[in-house]
Amino acid sequence: MADLTSNFIGIKSPNPFWLASAPPTDKEYNVRRAYDAGWGGVVWKTLGLDPHVVNVNGPRYGAVYGADRRLLGLNNIELITDRPLQTNLDEIKLVKRDYPDRAMVVSLMVPCEEDPWKYILPLVEDTGADGVELNFGCPHGMSERGMGSAVGQVPEYIEMVTRWVKSHTRMPVIVKLTPNIADIRKPAAAAMVGGADAVSLINTINSITSVDLDLFAPEPTIDGKGAHGGYCGPAVKPIALNMVAEIARDPELHGLPISGIGGVTTWRDAAEFMALGAGNVQVCTAAMTYGFKIVQEMISGLSEYMDDKGMTSVDEIVGRAVPNVTDWNQLNLNYVAKAVINQDLCISCGRCFAACEDTSHQAIAMSEDRTFSVIDEECVACNLCVNVCPVEDCITMEAMTPGETDPRTGKVVQRDYANWTTHPNNPSAKAAE
Amino acid sequence: MGSDVFQPGISAGRLDAESYADHFSDLHPRLDPHEAIVAADRCYFCHDAPCITACPTDIDIPLFIRQIATGTPDAAAKTILTQNIMGGMCARVCPTETLCEEACVREAAEGKPVLIGQLQRYATDHLQEQGIHPFSRAAVTGKTVAVVGAGPAGLSCAHRLAMLGHEVVVMDARTKPGGLNEYGIATYKTTDGFAQAEVEWLLKIGGITMQYGVALGRDVTLEKLKTEYDAVFLGMGLGGVNALDVEGEDRDGVVDAVDFIAGLRQASEVAEVPIGRDVVVIGGGMTAVDAAVQAKLLGALNVTLVYRRGRARMNASVFEQDLAASKGVRIVTHAVPVAVHGNGAVREIEFEYVDDAMKGTGQMLRLAADQVFKAIGQTLEGEELPALEGRKIRVSDMGQTSVKGIWAGGDCASGGDDLTVTAVAEGRDAAMDIHSALTR
Ligand SMILES: Cc1cc2nc3c(=O)[nH]c(=O)nc-3n(C[C@H](O)[C@H](O)[C@H](O)COP(=O)(O)OP(=O)(O)OC[C@H]3O[C@@H](n4cnc5c(N)ncnc54)[C@H](O)[C@@H]3O)c2cc1C
Ligand SMILES: Cc1cc2nc3c(=O)[nH]c(=O)nc-3n(C[C@H](O)[C@H](O)[C@H](O)COP(=O)(O)O)c2cc1C
Ligand code: SF4
Ligand code: SF4
Ligand code: SF4
Repeated sequence: MADLTSNFIGIKSPNPFWLASAPPTDKEYNVRRAYDAGWGGVVWKTLGLDPHVVNVNGPRYGAVYGADRRLLGLNNIELITDRPLQTNLDEIKLVKRDYPDRAMVVSLMVPCEEDPWKYILPLVEDTGADGVELNFGCPHGMSERGMGSAVGQVPEYIEMVTRWVKSHTRMPVIVKLTPNIADIRKPAAAAMVGGADAVSLINTINSITSVDLDLFAPEPTIDGKGAHGGYCGPAVKPIALNMVAEIARDPELHGLPISGIGGVTTWRDAAEFMALGAGNVQVCTAAMTYGFKIVQEMISGLSEYMDDKGMTSVDEIVGRAVPNVTDWNQLNLNYVAKAVINQDLCISCGRCFAACEDTSHQAIAMSEDRTFSVIDEECVACNLCVNVCPVEDCITMEAMTPGETDPRTGKVVQRDYANWTTHPNNPSAKAAE
Repeated sequence: MGSDVFQPGISAGRLDAESYADHFSDLHPRLDPHEAIVAADRCYFCHDAPCITACPTDIDIPLFIRQIATGTPDAAAKTILTQNIMGGMCARVCPTETLCEEACVREAAEGKPVLIGQLQRYATDHLQEQGIHPFSRAAVTGKTVAVVGAGPAGLSCAHRLAMLGHEVVVMDARTKPGGLNEYGIATYKTTDGFAQAEVEWLLKIGGITMQYGVALGRDVTLEKLKTEYDAVFLGMGLGGVNALDVEGEDRDGVVDAVDFIAGLRQASEVAEVPIGRDVVVIGGGMTAVDAAVQAKLLGALNVTLVYRRGRARMNASVFEQDLAASKGVRIVTHAVPVAVHGNGAVREIEFEYVDDAMKGTGQMLRLAADQVFKAIGQTLEGEELPALEGRKIRVSDMGQTSVKGIWAGGDCASGGDDLTVTAVAEGRDAAMDIHSALTR
């Protein structure tokens, strides 16, 4: 059992798995049970000023499903906490007192003026919480009132508010970013300049999950109407991973700690976020789908992985993949691979054939007896067949050895690295020295 | 179990009402919508799917399953019925384990095929129970076709011809349509009068006139049909049965399995169907298994199925053999009947064990028997038929017989297995060929 202890910007927790600010962390009852189930920390459901907001009284969630009704994406139109501020503060204090070893971060969203922040921060400090997270991300409801993503989309505001917060509290400050923006590095930089100790991302993505074709209204539908909501869950992970990596590999943002959020469902997802630079991860939808118990798989899985790799601290994973994230024009164009079908594993479904034949490079042959094989003369190694094959590892991409001749191009595979910047077809290529 | 299972001889009402109801309920109850979606989600939507090739009627299985998965079961049903107008019956009676589901790639992947047959039933039931008939007739052509036999082959041929605009007259020797769907298929495969409901639904196409109690050879000659109609389709199945040719075969209690089954299928109350305490079934095909299983379900204490060769050569699929075993039927192989003993009625039947080459071993077996069901094959009946191949009417791929203007399909015709789905395919294909001959 590997040591999973995490120290994220000075906030310690027994493991790097935190629950994100959302319904799972909405109240004392939930958070106690989450801690009991093994979660390393929580970011309490976002607090605001009284009078507290109200939620809709109809459906809040919409969903996107995969096969067997597996929840792949969730969309919500919930707002921040709909309970009085003092109730939340009292509960936070009680829980933190009883679970001193767990991380307790409090998410905040108050109007974009200095006074409300000055007012709320001492109240949070008094609970004994370990830090605050500024919710600049919520894309619905709150943004229409000039909060949440309305702030998160304007880097100047982020910087300004972060600076106020830093000047009115000794607690570590995490700035939570909205993905509803063209370049995630801008708000991250603003948070850094404003003095944030870390950024967390992503919050939810503007979305409409589906349309009711009888009512002709978006879902979830409230009395015949629907509003866009925030998208989360496994479907958003690729977007979140990229945004985390963008920040992690930006030289200007170097060293800015990141809390990774967005679709984390298994230990593997968590490890991937960490490899791309996240110091820890936060989880919402997976817990909302399967309950708090999933953290047990995350703990055992990450631990087994670390043991297998001989790692003794979670920090050894953090950022490990960042150096390998590069721009397209740095990829080695002399690397040549071919798809190879393992006939023992192949079940002859023909999906690779349909995909390649209809939409790609006509590089898979199908025989009378339904044997499927790759035509090396045509295969460009696009990977589509691998992606559509229902059997894991049945099709693999095998690199050609330098010196061999690629039957597609008739050219000998070169040993040297050469990318687009020096390619003869590139009009602005610089001649290799 | 009722109190009368030990009662010797042949008697009805061996079981209590609950047992009868349980025994003769649906073998595979219809999938509910949730089960259907879960099952449909497993289909990979294969390219040029092997399951389609394995289906004698070439139903576009991946397409209809995708239609179920996307919440349009009626569209799925139309996909099925376009290829196979008796898709509802086939979904119930096809030995899918040797057809579409055997070929399913998920059988190769996990040994658990997509539940094609049950999904097919889900879709066809959904459509048919709303009374929707999704096909309509083309402009009337003025051509008339005679179809002999209202079994799956004849009805499939009739429906397709009617759809193409021809007038069809279907004549059947029996009083009810459906052929073996009505008189032969095991009770638990087609419950609640489905065979008749399906025929009624099929006839909604219009343009088909049914004549019952009209037998070719007895009431009408082929020559006459040939002159009075523009084309004739023969789908009269196999009306005769092979004889055992052993001493004592004529004793009471020795009956054809198909007659026993037909009696059971037509009984208004299964509890009123008498069955022996000790039953012996001779044969190794689907009929033998169905007779044995249903004898057991009726409350027979000892049912033995005796086959002359090894298990691997039995025509009944492994699934059917296992079904029989699971119901408590004892299967004896490598034994041929040599004599039926008894005084008026059968008491015992005697077998000799044989080797793989069917050579007698001299080892004998005697089994107590109140009833002996013969299921050693059905035969074609009729005179002045087109030329035969073996014991069936010789046909081309499209069902043409040796006589111009006469087509044949189903069990009475050469080629293909004796299955409902094959009969449907052959009837349909012959209809297409008749259509092109009539409109040429
Ligand atoms: C006991 C039993 C169980 C079976 N179980 C299955 C099963 O589970 N699954 C499966 O796929 N297949 C099964 N089969 C096979 C299947 O029933 C047949 O292959 C199929 O019914 C053949 O269809 P058909 O239209 O060719 O003939 P039939 O269904 O036999 O229909 C022929 C029709 O022609 C009529 N007819 C006969 N002679 C004349 C005449 N001279 N004049 C007018 N009409 C006439 C008959 O009354 C009958 O209605 C089973 C067969 C039997 C006997
Ligand atoms: C119902 C719901 C309510 C949420 N409320 C908040 C909130 O109050 N404050 C906040 O910062 N994020 C909120 N979020 C966003 C989550 O904290 C998280 O950033 C997002 O769901 C992505 O993570 P996931 O894919 O693990 O769910 C909410 C998400 C959901 C589903
Ligand atoms: S997709 Fe995979 S399993 Fe299917 S035919 Fe191609 S290689 Fe075989
Ligand atoms: S008709 Fe029979 S063989 Fe064809 S798909 Fe349906 S169940 Fe399978
Ligand atoms: S073979 Fe199986 S998985 Fe493939 S299309 Fe047919 S039913 Fe679907």
